[in-house]
Parts: sequence; C-alpha cells; structure tokens
Amino acid sequence: MRAPDTKLPIVLDNVSIVAGAVTILDRVTQTIASGPPTVLIGPNGSGKTSLLRAIMGIVPLTSGSVSWGHCSDASSIRRAIMFQRPVMLRRSAAGNLAYALATAGVPRAQHAERIADLLTLVGLRDMGSRPARRLSGGEQQRLALARALARDPAVLLLDEPTASLDPAATKAIEDIVRTVADRGVKVVMSTHDLGQARRLGGDVMLMHRGRVVEHGTAADFFTQSRTNEARTFIAGELLV
Amino acid sequence: MGGDSSALHMVLTGDPGLYAIVWLSILVSLSAVLLAAALGIPLGALIALTRFRGRDGVIVVLNALMGLPPVVVGLAVYLALSRSGPLGSLGLLLTPQAMVVAQTVLVAPIIAALSRQTVEDLWAEYCDELAAMQVGALGRIGTLVWDARFSLVTALLAGFGRAAAEVGAIIIVGGNIDGFTRTMTTAIALETSKGDLPLAIGLGMVLMTIVILINALAWFARRAGERYAG
Repeated sequence: MRAPDTKLPIVLDNVSIVAGAVTILDRVTQTIASGPPTVLIGPNGSGKTSLLRAIMGIVPLTSGSVSWGHCSDASSIRRAIMFQRPVMLRRSAAGNLAYALATAGVPRAQHAERIADLLTLVGLRDMGSRPARRLSGGEQQRLALARALARDPAVLLLDEPTASLDPAATKAIEDIVRTVADRGVKVVMSTHDLGQARRLGGDVMLMHRGRVVEHGTAADFFTQSRTNEARTFIAGELLV
Repeated sequence: MGGDSSALHMVLTGDPGLYAIVWLSILVSLSAVLLAAALGIPLGALIALTRFRGRDGVIVVLNALMGLPPVVVGLAVYLALSRSGPLGSLGLLLTPQAMVVAQTVLVAPIIAALSRQTVEDLWAEYCDELAAMQVGALGRIGTLVWDARFSLVTALLAGFGRAAAEVGAIIIVGGNIDGFTRTMTTAIALETSKGDLPLAIGLGMVLMTIVILINALAWFARRAGERYAG
C-alpha cells in the first residue's frame, strides 16, 4: 500500500442530485481532508449512499462538482468503493481479487503475491479457491473489502460495511478498516451504528434529507453537537 | 413389433448407411449451433448492455424470431443460394453447407434472444461493481458472457434442440440426397412417407438418444462448472 498522496482534500461544491421530484442530495458543500476515517451517519434515505457514489463518480450530478486535490479530473484518482450489498463475481475468492487487480492494471505476474497478501489481510487466507458466492455473509463482506483494496486506493469508500453482520464479523471488518487507515488510506464510510462512528471516526458528518447538517471532529460531534438534529440522533431518538 | 427389432438390429450392428446419416446430422446441427453462438451471444450481450432508440422493438422482433418457421427459413435461404439469388455464385444449394447456413439462421435468434436475457439479468447484478472498477464496454461484455457461461449453455442447448429437431429448412436447401445431404430428420420424413417404418423408427431412436446424451453432457458440465465457480 502506498503512502497518502496529494489527491486530498476531496471538495464537494454545491453537489445536488435530483431524480424527478425527489431531491436526493441537496447542495452539499463539504471538504473531506486526509486523516482518520470520515464517518457519514444519518437515517435511511438521508443521502449517505448517494454521497459516496457522487464522490466515487459513478452517479451523474444534477449540479455542482467534486474535485480531488483541487483537480476536477478524477479519472486518474485511485479510489475504490465497497457497496452495502457487494456482489461477488461468479468466480473463486481469488478469482474475484484477480479480476480487480486486472482492472486496476496490475501486471499478471504480481497477482499471486498480491492475492495472498489481500486474503491474509482480511483473514481469508485458506479460502482463495472457494467459490465467492458460497462464502458466508461476513466472509463475502471481507472479500469485498479485499477486492476494493486490490485497487490500491488512496481513498476507500465504504457503504455500511457492517450492516447485517454479527458482532464478531463487525469487529473483523473494523479491525481491517483501522489497519488500512493506519497505512494512510483515507477511509470515508457510512454507518447506522453510532458506536461504530465513535470507534472509527476521525470526523463525523450527519446527513438528513439530502443535506449535511453537521460535520465536525468525532470528539466535538459527540460531546458538543451544534444542531438539534445531531443531538436528537445521538440521543437515539428518531430523526425523521 | 417386427419393425422395432429390425430398427434395433440396424442400430446395434452399426449399419453404415444409418451411421452416415447420424454423423451428418450431428455435424450439421453442431456446426450451425457453433456459428449461431459466435453470432448470437455477442449480439445478445450487445443489446443487453446498450440503450438506443427502438431497443424495445429490436427485442420484440428478436424474441419473435425464436419462433421462425423452419420452412420459411428454408425458403429464404433457398432463394438466396439459388442460381439467380444473391449468393448463387457460391454454388452451395443442395450441399451440407447450405443446411448449416439454414440452421444457423434458424438458431441464431434463439441464442441471441436467450443470451440477451441472461446477460441483462447478470448486468443488473454486476453494473455497480463493474462501474466502480472502471471496466470499459468490451470488458463488460467479456466479463458478463464469461460469468454467465453456465447459464448460456442452456441457450446453446435450446438452439441445438431446435437444429437437431427441424426438418423443414434442411429438406428445402439440402434436398435430402441419399449419401450426401440426408439427415436423421429428413430420412425419417422420407422413410415414413415411403412406409419403411423400421428405418424411420431406428433413426428416431438414435436421434432421441443423441439429444439426451448431449443434454446430459451439458448438464453435468454445467454442474461441475458451478461447483467450481459458484
């Protein structure tokens, strides 16, 4: 894994996504800087997934722009996303990683070594030959994380990486995220789990109805939140 | 039941006339399926992955072409290959090659239509992941066809079933010439009308056996493949 590069901060400038009459993202202007993970929290439908997709550049923006290190062309930026429900290709676990390595332009001669490293990192060392779709939910999630990391990303976007996982599987994912973040990869992740936001977050962004209503360091966010929405959400009450 | 034992006798003793017919039938239908697959799978995948004006119309027509009447295909290919037709100079009429052409025309829409559906279903699953991995258009088609290969076998089998069973197209363009363009289905049609039921029944048994064997082979290949790839 390479050192952090100069493609940060990610700057979202007045980003909106509108589908028909529904505003999915509403004029989001935020800066995501290097450092520990940025955690997106907020209720269902608040726009977390769309914000990650907008950053990834796989969803057309209605207006606004996303720039990387003050450069608007993101095509060369090493970034990867893990979806909330990752889809395993109909190949072996190792085959899924080989595919990601090939699409990232890694020479075939390096595949075997990289695959072994990635499988070890996510604790699936002996499962390379297993069909990916036959792995358990937690194993598939870890394989999806390894597949995203195969792209050697400078920025790793994770959409609710532990939704529907049990505590042990959740801990396994969080440990990997921590390891990756410690190596200098900028992690931007969404979660429903406030505990997870506390455990992993360097800074926290609360989204509500397509807008970022509060963004601050995790310490400030949880102890001295400025908005009613944040206080309601932290108190565990329903933010609708 | 004398006819049965006589037909069985021909099969068991390896009657050379019968086996020449069987061999030609397999050769023509398998060649047609391979050619139709080479045309139909990429075409189906392309339609699955592209959006253009009139796409729904193309899909409806393609699906409808699955039910092309063999005699109509036979007639069209006959006209194309006849002396005065656009491809008359090739001199293919009344040859096994003409039969391959006719069955390819018959089978390609089946393989294309079923491939289109299979690839489109898989694309719905894969599109986000492939977009995230920045896979280009050709790479997408290649990935989807490869990952759908076990399902596409079913499309090939449907095509083979159609080719092996039809008589209308090849009897028109091949002419059912003894020892040259006679296949199992054209021979069954002829022998039945002549009243030589033992040969017709023998050929019918062989045809059924071959179709079952090829389907069994494809099924177990698919099962083995799925165990490996999930």
